[in-house]
Amino acid sequence: MKPRSRWGLRALGLGYLTLLLLAPLVMIFYKTFEGGLAPPIDAITSPDGLHALKLSLLMVAIAVPLNTIFGIGCALLLVRHKWSGNGAIDAIINLPFAISPVVIGLSLFLLYGAKGWFGPALAEAGIEVLFSVPGMVLASVFVSLPFVVRETVPVLREIGTEQEQAASTLGANAWQTFWRITLPAIRWGVAYGVVLTTARVLGEFGAVSIVSGQISGETETLPLFVEKQFANFNTAGAFGASVLLAVLALTTLLAMNVLKRKEDA
Amino acid sequence: MGISVEGAGKSFGDFQALDDVSIEVPNGSLTALLGPSGSGKSTLLRAIAGLETLDAGRVLIDDEDVSRKPAQKREVGFVFQHYAAFKHMTVFENVGFGLKIRKWQKVKISDRVHELLRLVQLDGLATRYPSQLSGGQRQRMALARALAVEPQVLLLDEPFGALDAKVRKDLRTWLRNLHEEMHVTTIFVTHDQEEAMDVAGQLVVMNEGRVEQSGSADDLYDHPANEFVMSFVGEVNRLGDGFVRPHDMDVVLDPDDRTEEAMVQRIVALGFEIRVEFMLADGTEVWAQLTRGELQKLELRRGQIVYLRPGQTKSFSGAPSPNGSGASTPRGLQGDDDAEVSAAA
Repeated sequence: MKPRSRWGLRALGLGYLTLLLLAPLVMIFYKTFEGGLAPPIDAITSPDGLHALKLSLLMVAIAVPLNTIFGIGCALLLVRHKWSGNGAIDAIINLPFAISPVVIGLSLFLLYGAKGWFGPALAEAGIEVLFSVPGMVLASVFVSLPFVVRETVPVLREIGTEQEQAASTLGANAWQTFWRITLPAIRWGVAYGVVLTTARVLGEFGAVSIVSGQISGETETLPLFVEKQFANFNTAGAFGASVLLAVLALTTLLAMNVLKRKEDA
Repeated sequence: MGISVEGAGKSFGDFQALDDVSIEVPNGSLTALLGPSGSGKSTLLRAIAGLETLDAGRVLIDDEDVSRKPAQKREVGFVFQHYAAFKHMTVFENVGFGLKIRKWQKVKISDRVHELLRLVQLDGLATRYPSQLSGGQRQRMALARALAVEPQVLLLDEPFGALDAKVRKDLRTWLRNLHEEMHVTTIFVTHDQEEAMDVAGQLVVMNEGRVEQSGSADDLYDHPANEFVMSFVGEVNRLGDGFVRPHDMDVVLDPDDRTEEAMVQRIVALGFEIRVEFMLADGTEVWAQLTRGELQKLELRRGQIVYLRPGQTKSFSGAPSPNGSGASTPRGLQGDDDAEVSAAA
């Protein structure tokens, strides 16, 4: 490629990214701190803001481990065990990607609502799913389910089975082989899946907004908090919470990069 | 620890990988499973290791039926063609893996690993990762890893297949010496007949999931049981119903009643050995292996008409070969009934 066309291509790529991704992000940061540090910090440290942060972190704390364990297990099933059900599992796992989060929220609403399949039985047992934490966890798990599977499957395919077979001839049982050979070999695929899952859970709006009922100080996660602040013309609060969300997501990404660099060194 | 396989059968879908295979590997021997790809040799090796379960038959190690034992309990050392190095572990950790699984003390592991690394000449590289090693070094590491747990038997699946020619030759010699020192019963799989003859004391020739013949290198070369073994173990020319080795082809300038007319097609010098390709009157292409001295004496040129006198011709169809007297002196281990050896000289 000629130097001129190479520079042209670079400029095009950077310009596109700037316009679509960087400009809005910079704008948020700019608007947030336009009136100084106090207004956004006040908004975030208000009782509702703090509760929203705690609830968002709780969603991450539950949904991410669940989807990580499920994701690794599912990837092992898809790659290591050939059977006729694999095609169906593969397709079903992609559903959260294919279906709009709002629709996912609605379907959970129908399933666990007063007239749904599971709703009445659970209500009788004293378990409230809708408009409370369990429903929000369900929604978070649902929307972020495919990431670990999707990131782990190709890595698992690539490493093949020879290392595992070598471990077994050296006397390792299935459990030892998994912990000492398979998991270390796929760890960066899993880590990337975990980062994506975390980001997705933190940012989830549509599905959670429907099943939570958006009760301030009770069932409001950070994205819901942002939306409510914005609707109430409290732009400083909305931007402040947005920046907090962005920082949380970037921190996970950064943490993975630091870990990886340490490993490579 | 002797190994025997009795009536082993295994199929993958429609493909019959092993069909009633029985072999006997004496204690302390070094045996090669030799055959083309798809002959079932790797499947047989993997079945002995427990990495493949047989559909039929059984595997005995030291007279114990291990057919139902999982790989982890068979106490075999297995070396893979592509090394199967644990990429996230150092050379030290790779070699010590089996010992760690057996919960050895750290000090004892360290002693044993360093002893093995000296044996495979990798002692300076204990802290390296496999990605920092050459192919030959990786394979030696894999060998040390397999030997660390003092296996009853050592199984090698095309161990030198992924290495270049020079390294392959060095490792062969090295493996032979190692076996002489350790005397652990060893089976290795290869598709390279020269490698098999160079390293192993006993050869088992396999084809299409069956054992064609087993015996020493000399047995197989001089008394092949059938056409397949003859053409797989060493080079061969086909003359009518008979087969003759290229070094048994005499090239002469004057015809007599046992010679055949041939035209020189190509002369290839491979160092000391010269390969001369001919075409016979009926269009058959054959070649003869000559020495440099023989070639100079004959002064062969392309296009020249000469005469070929085949030496020992073998035929396996039962009918005597065209040049042969029919005097049969078979001494092969298997399939003697259909092997007819005739000395024409």
